[in-house]
Amino acid sequence: MSSLAFAAEAVTGIPHLAAAVPGADNPHADFSDTPWWLSLVKALLVFVFLLVNTLVVIWFERRVIGRMQQRPGPNRTGPFGLLQTLADGIKLALKEDLTPKNADKVVFALAPMIAGAMAFVSFAIIPMGPMVSMFGHRTPLQLTDTPVAVLLVLAVAGVGVYGIVLAGWSSGSTYPLLGGLRSTAQVISYEIAMGLALVAIFLYSGSMSTSQIVYSQRDLWYILPAFFSFLVYVVTMVGETNRLPFDLAEGEGELTGGFHTEYSSLKFAMFFLGEYVNMFTVSALATTMFLGGWQAPPGIAAINDGMFNHGWWGLLWFVIKLWLFMFFFVWLRGSLPRVRYDQFMRFGWKFLIPVTLAWVVAVAFIRGAQLGYFGNSSVGLAGREFPVATLIIVGLIAALALAVTWVWEGKQAEKQAAAEAQLPEEIDPFAGGYPVPPLPGQRLREPSLAIEKESNRA
Amino acid sequence: MTGTGEQVLFWVLGPISVLAALGLLFAKKAVHAAIGMALVMINLGVFYIANQADFLGIIQIFVYTGAVMMLFLFVLMLVGVDSSDSLVETLKGQKVASLLLALGLAVMVFLAIGKVAFPPMKGLDSVNAGTGNVTGVANLIFGQYVWVFEITSALLITAALGAMVLAHRERIGERPSQRTWSERRIRENRNVAGLPAPGVYARHNAVDTPALLPDGTPSQLSVSRVLSAREQVITPVRHVESEHDIEHEIEEGRDR
Repeated sequence: MSSLAFAAEAVTGIPHLAAAVPGADNPHADFSDTPWWLSLVKALLVFVFLLVNTLVVIWFERRVIGRMQQRPGPNRTGPFGLLQTLADGIKLALKEDLTPKNADKVVFALAPMIAGAMAFVSFAIIPMGPMVSMFGHRTPLQLTDTPVAVLLVLAVAGVGVYGIVLAGWSSGSTYPLLGGLRSTAQVISYEIAMGLALVAIFLYSGSMSTSQIVYSQRDLWYILPAFFSFLVYVVTMVGETNRLPFDLAEGEGELTGGFHTEYSSLKFAMFFLGEYVNMFTVSALATTMFLGGWQAPPGIAAINDGMFNHGWWGLLWFVIKLWLFMFFFVWLRGSLPRVRYDQFMRFGWKFLIPVTLAWVVAVAFIRGAQLGYFGNSSVGLAGREFPVATLIIVGLIAALALAVTWVWEGKQAEKQAAAEAQLPEEIDPFAGGYPVPPLPGQRLREPSLAIEKESNRA
Repeated sequence: MTGTGEQVLFWVLGPISVLAALGLLFAKKAVHAAIGMALVMINLGVFYIANQADFLGIIQIFVYTGAVMMLFLFVLMLVGVDSSDSLVETLKGQKVASLLLALGLAVMVFLAIGKVAFPPMKGLDSVNAGTGNVTGVANLIFGQYVWVFEITSALLITAALGAMVLAHRERIGERPSQRTWSERRIRENRNVAGLPAPGVYARHNAVDTPALLPDGTPSQLSVSRVLSAREQVITPVRHVESEHDIEHEIEEGRDR
């Protein structure tokens, strides 16, 4: 063995430790009793689930926003206006399909296909329930799972943005191009923060497979130990799906329709569908990563020896959690104005990414302490064992966070004081040659006093 | 042996990758070339996944879609939206020489690959089931090859920092704020109320429409310098003439 490789083992020591848990990053779900035709059936079911949910959520969004703005929302087509989306969809499909003269024809047609198709791919790895019986087979309520399932979602999202960027470029017009460029920058910067936020979950669960992550949350949902990751993820998921307040790629106030300005009829419908399916995907991922996936909420889970955590019940909890996020999306749209583009970028690069990096390092230390890398002594409290090293590290992090906020607040206060102190109490309105009105709190210099002063000096 | 599914996958995606790679070489528009590149990278990722290297495949797609997106931005920002290749030969005999060299390389590569005898495939089944795919990669990267990995990352960071240092421009004075600009305007007593806004005609109010001065000449100050340089400024003559025509038509209609 070369000296380099030897030094490597001496430095990290990881080869000895990794052997401790064999195959822990592999999926927990068991697909051995799932024939290929059942996978096809499940794929079809996932597709139908997403389409139906999209139809319902568009109605839901319009109704809820209507209530928030003290108006009824669509209520004429069908019971409670439920068929409104269907009618709108049919109308949209029957509209004239326009292609601008300057457009790059092939790419112009390709872009909505990418955006629409990619939106559906990610849902394949979302676990929607535990093992159930389907057509005489025991199979998990999940299309498929791999050891890198969560990365797959990020990769597919990265391909999906090509739909938006190419749409912007191929339209051959200024506003779509600007929208497409904004979308590129937005996705590249927010995907970094999103990936970093998810790293904390990978550290806690020791796996990137969605079913394994759900399984490792049977004791404690990750929203508690990884609360900061959750906050960052919620911000970045709104940025990823181009929803208000981060819908800068569309921004109808400044870019007419952004990347889809030139699109109409079914091509536009593809973008529309893609956006809503993407909302479901990121919400489902949030549910899986932070809210225990399909597992029943704590109180209900304890009833009758975990009865509600088996079979088709899981689908119910999953859908409820999913729709909580959908309501959150609608709520955001109903209450927040669009963010300014430069502020949005600054927030992403100068706040989210560095702070999330620091958070990942902190979580690595906490995990290290939990796994006993810094000693094994522990304290018992309320029936749970807490390793001393974990407590010390959590305390250190909390103290550091407090100190940083304290220093930061002091600086902010100083800055504010400096900004306020600059105004002189008295001004001469003609000092610059043009008459200037006084600012609030300022007095005009009394001309007679000034003349007196001048004469005294003479 | 290679499974049937893998063979079908190869024979479907292989030609697509080759076509996309050729597209990268021969596409006239730079953006089309970038799309071809993205397609090749995604196909490579799929091939890795088909060969049981899940982590490698997904990372390939994840990293390279972002990288090609950057390329896309460079194309748009540095070369221009409608950029296409110029087919003028700048170096004499360059095409023939590069064609010959490429042919030589192709012959060499084909001969070399033709001679290789592969041992029976091991597959990653046992490693994936036992150690786990991601853990296996992590063991290699952070165990056996940690120094190679760290040195490569140090090299990349140095390159990134070097690029930033080279491209950095020190600002000599302080950046003039909106307030400084307005103060300067007033002090110099030129365009005290700001530059004139672009014009509003009966049929046009875009930024490429110059305002008209009292004597009817267009004011160059009211349109952006960039638009003037690109000769994209609209002349008011067309509108003035069409106005005359319209009036003429109205009068004609009245007489009829």
